[in-house]
Order: sequence, then structure tokens, then C-alpha cells
Amino acid sequence: MIERRPGLDILSHVILLIGVSIVAFPLYLTFVASTQTAEQISRSIPMSMMPGNNFFESYRLALFGGETSLGGKIPAVWPMMQTSLISALVISIGKIAISLLSAFALVYFRFPFRNLFFWMIFITLMLPVEVRISPTYEVVANLGLLNTYAGLTVPLIASATATFLLRQFFLTVPDELVEAARMDGAGPMRFFKDILLPLSATNIAALFVIQFIYGWNQYLWPLLVTTNEDMYPVVMGIKRMLAGEAYTEWNVVMATAILAMLPPALVVILMQKWFVKGLVDTEK
Amino acid sequence: MASITLQNIVKEYGSGAKAVPVIHNLNAQINDGEFVVIVGPSGCGKSTLLRMVAGLEEITGGNISIGDRVVNELEPAERDIAMVFQNYALYPHMSVFDNMAYGLKIAKVPLDDIKTRVDKAAGILELSHLLQRKPRELSGGQRQRVAMGRAIVRQPQVFLFDEPLSNLDAKLRNHMRIEIARLHQNLKTTTIYVTHDQHEAMTLADRIVLLKDGLIEQIGTPREIFERPRTKYVAGFIGTPPMNLMDMAVKDRDDHFEISGPSGMVTVSAHRFDLRGRDRVTLGVRPSHMSLSAPNEKGTGFNGNVELVEYLGNEVLVNLDCGGIEMGAMVPSNVAPQLQDRMTFSVQEEHLHMFDISTGQTLVKARA
Repeated sequence: MIERRPGLDILSHVILLIGVSIVAFPLYLTFVASTQTAEQISRSIPMSMMPGNNFFESYRLALFGGETSLGGKIPAVWPMMQTSLISALVISIGKIAISLLSAFALVYFRFPFRNLFFWMIFITLMLPVEVRISPTYEVVANLGLLNTYAGLTVPLIASATATFLLRQFFLTVPDELVEAARMDGAGPMRFFKDILLPLSATNIAALFVIQFIYGWNQYLWPLLVTTNEDMYPVVMGIKRMLAGEAYTEWNVVMATAILAMLPPALVVILMQKWFVKGLVDTEK
Repeated sequence: MASITLQNIVKEYGSGAKAVPVIHNLNAQINDGEFVVIVGPSGCGKSTLLRMVAGLEEITGGNISIGDRVVNELEPAERDIAMVFQNYALYPHMSVFDNMAYGLKIAKVPLDDIKTRVDKAAGILELSHLLQRKPRELSGGQRQRVAMGRAIVRQPQVFLFDEPLSNLDAKLRNHMRIEIARLHQNLKTTTIYVTHDQHEAMTLADRIVLLKDGLIEQIGTPREIFERPRTKYVAGFIGTPPMNLMDMAVKDRDDHFEISGPSGMVTVSAHRFDLRGRDRVTLGVRPSHMSLSAPNEKGTGFNGNVELVEYLGNEVLVNLDCGGIEMGAMVPSNVAPQLQDRMTFSVQEEHLHMFDISTGQTLVKARA
């Protein structure tokens, strides 16, 4: 039995509340700023902590772009979000598809140098995009993939993490299941589709969440391979709004930031049940 | 239905000089409709043998035929067999119905046909009310029945069972054993059943194959194996409590032989055993064939002091110290032996077993 003391309860709640507010305060600040006008933000120092009444105007400007009251030009965020969404989806689905197949090959097929290939894949964990960025850029540029979705996504698709995770999961699938499928006449791909895939569903869900956020948050790579505004993802868009002119429309920047946060948050919330199951569940 | 022929089967793990032989040149013939149990200690190669028949394990040498077809190179699914695994190997994400239907779906059996066959198998195995459940919602015995159902619906030539009951508790095991026996009576499908449990082997088998270190020690009906074990190993392996085995001296007395040792002495006539020219043998007596008797003047029988008494209900198992040799004897439970009692047992000649002291081969003469 754990001793219940009111004093301890209060203390632990206070600590938790402090923790939550440290995490939540910047979010709140972002939201409040996005509901005020640019003048309100720049004139009052420190900034007002109460939501203003410019909510719709800020978000309209952010989403669809246009001219501000002071004549500054705001690029539309909506197409950037589409770019981000498409690349994040292609990256996460591509990663999962490739990793499923490579893990399947590594676990269930006996081919020469199998272990060598496994270790080669494993070693790429030490080579994230940032490390190999110049040669990768060279390859992508020579292939003429600058300013394309292929250029944005393909170099990020190979994934040692996902391959490794799925390999570990496949290793826990009992051999008898494979043998039972062979007795039932299921060939390798049939076994993969009918038995292995459904069993990996929760793992795939967890991977999808992680990889979607990874894809959505890409900044450095899109910065290099896109020069055309049509291909800018939203994360880059925020940065560009800050850089350009001397005068920053903070309310629009903050609205863009909120918009950029929403899709990953939605993915996490919607897939939370599966996500948690995939990370902790061992039910087979 | 089909017979199975195993011809000069060899299995080695690894290759070249490092190859480890597991099965040595094994020959056996399993008749159509027969229920054959392969039994042996762990590591004797019995599961390997079954998996080679199933096609899950490659054979290093020899031929396996099912019916008139040599199946060495065929995939498991092409061999027209079905297998029940020790841990059931049900597909966890499929319902009971889908588990049983999966093989048929792959074989492109029409859907109506699948349904009839699954329903029929479910009826036989009393699974009809469970068809929509997932395996994790079933008890051990039910899972075992689904695994059997999956084998039945395919209507194969041969059933293969790999220790199917070893994950069940004792009571359920008895129950499922009876169901398997009944199933075989109804379907008459040729069956190979692997177990390490001699009780299952004795009760289920038409014939038993007793395997040791990849060699067949004896093939025969349960009765043959129990009553006329061909080697000392078989004699010690089959039967609970195990047979008393001891080394004895042989003396040729012209019209009979006198077999004696520290535990006692028996006399046997010359025509049953091949004893001529031998001076030592291994003598075997089952505890249940030891009958309590009074000491006699000729000195025949076994004498020992009671060391331990195990009350089993109908009978009492007495462990005796017979001149330094440990022996067991079954006596009726109304005899209540006390520790350190001196007891004398006699054994009828037909219940004696004798084996060559070095090769362990039986010395019982082949029946004329």
C-alpha cells in the first residue's frame, strides 16, 4: 500500500502543473499572438496575454496569402501544407513499405551475405541526412530531381530504424506459423500479405506516426533541394516569413506555426490507441 | 488414403566433415489407414523424421513416398498431407472459421464447398459455436481442436501429429487422446504421431516405432513391444514402472539353465532362450510380473528388503534392495509391507526377458 498524505498529493500536483505549463506556455503564446494584429504585438511590450479579436484575419492571411494593411506581401501557407502533407505521407508510407520488404527478406529468406546486408543497413543508422547531405544533393541534382516531390522524398525513404524494428518483430513470430502457412500452401508473398502484415498492424501504426512527424518536420533537406516557391514545405515557409523584410507580421507567422503543428498532432491523437499498442503490446 | 514408404532415409545437419548425422539409414513401411506412433527419448530424431515426411525439413539421402509418389522434392502443400503442431500454430488474427478455411481458400476450393467442409469438421470436433471466435478467446483444448479441424478440412492422404497433447494438462490430455483415437476410427486416414509419452504411444498406436539416436530399435504393435521387446533399451523404455534389469550369471545344468545373481536365482528350460555358450546375461522382469511367494528350499526367486512403499490405490509398488540391486515389485494393495520386511518373489518363466550382456539384443528365440 502506498501511503496517502494530502500534503504529498498537493506537492506532486503542483510539480506536474509547473511541468505542464512550461510545455504549454509557448504554445499558448503562439496562439494568443496569432489572434492579435501585427500592430498590437509590436506596440505593447510585453505582449498582451489575452487573445485578441484578429483571429479570422490572421488565419485567412496565413492560409491564403495576400497584402497586409501595411502593404507587405504574405505568401499563402495552404499550398505549402499540401506540399508538406504529400511529402510526409510519401516518406512515411515509402519507409514502411521498403522496411517491411527488407525486414521480410532478412528474416525469412536465406541468401548469400544476408548478415552482411543486415549490418550494412544497420550501419546507415550512423549516417543521417545531415552527414551525407552534400553527396546526396549532388546525386539528386544530377538526376534532375530538384524542385520535385521525388527529390524531396526519395532520399529520405530508406530507413534502418524501421527495418530494424520490423526485423525484431518478425523474429518473434513463431516458426510454426510459417510452417503452418507452408502446409496450407501459402507461398512467401501470400504468407507476407495474409499473415505477416495483419500481425504487424500495430507496429506499422506506431512506425507511421513516428515517420510522419519525421517527414513533416524536415527542414534542412527541403531547404537545399527546393528553389521554387511552389515546392516549399510549411516548416520552411515559417522561416522565410521571418527572414525577408525588416518588418515581421508576427500574427501571421504565429498562425502559420499553429497550422504547421496541427497535422502531426492530429496524426498522433487519431492513432494514439494503435501507437501505444504497437510500442508496448506483445500480444500475438 | 495412402501408405507411406521410408527408404534408406538419412538426415545430417551441416555438410562435409562437420556434418552431424541425426537419422541413419532408416527404413519403414506405414500401411494405408494405419495409426503409427513414433516414440523415443528427446533428441532421438523423431520430430525430424516427421518434419521430413511433412516436407518442412530436407532429407539428406533416401526416398520418402506417399502412395506411389516419391515426394522428396515436393513442397509441403503438394504432398497432400496435414500437420498438427505442438503449439497449435493457429493464425492469431483470423477467426476459427478462417483458420480452418485458409488452406482451402489458397487451393481455390469454391466458397460453398469450403463452408460445408468447415461446418462438417466443426461438427465432428464440437466447435460449431466457436467459429467466429479468435484463437486467443479459446481454451487450450479448444485451440487443439481447431488445429485438428484445420487438418481435417483438407481431407488429406496423411495426418501428421507432432506432440499435439504436450501443452495440455493431464485431464485434458486424456480427453483429447480419446478424441484423436475416435477421429482415426471415423476417418481411417493414415496417421503418423510423434510423442515422447509412452502412454499415448501404447493407447493410440496400431504400431509403434521406437527410435533411439536416429535408429529404429523396434517396430511392432503395442503388445509386441511390451511383451517381446527386442532390445534391452526397448524393455527399459516401455512400461511403467520400468522393467527391472540386472546382470546375472548363467550355469548350464543340462536339462535347464540356472540364472543367478546377488538378487536371487531363477531356472529356465533350454528351449525358450538362446543361452548355450553364455556365462552372463541381462535379465529383465517387469514389476507387475513379480508375484509374492514363500521362500522355497530350492532357493529360486528374488529376495529383498523393503526400502520404500508407494501406495497407488489398486496396487502397491514396493522398492526392494535385493543384495545391493534395486528392484521394484507390484503387489496387491491388501498386502501391507513394512519397511525392512524381507520379501520373496517368484516369476513365471514366460515373463522373463533376457538380453545379450554387450549388444542388448534379446535372447528369446524367434517363435517357431
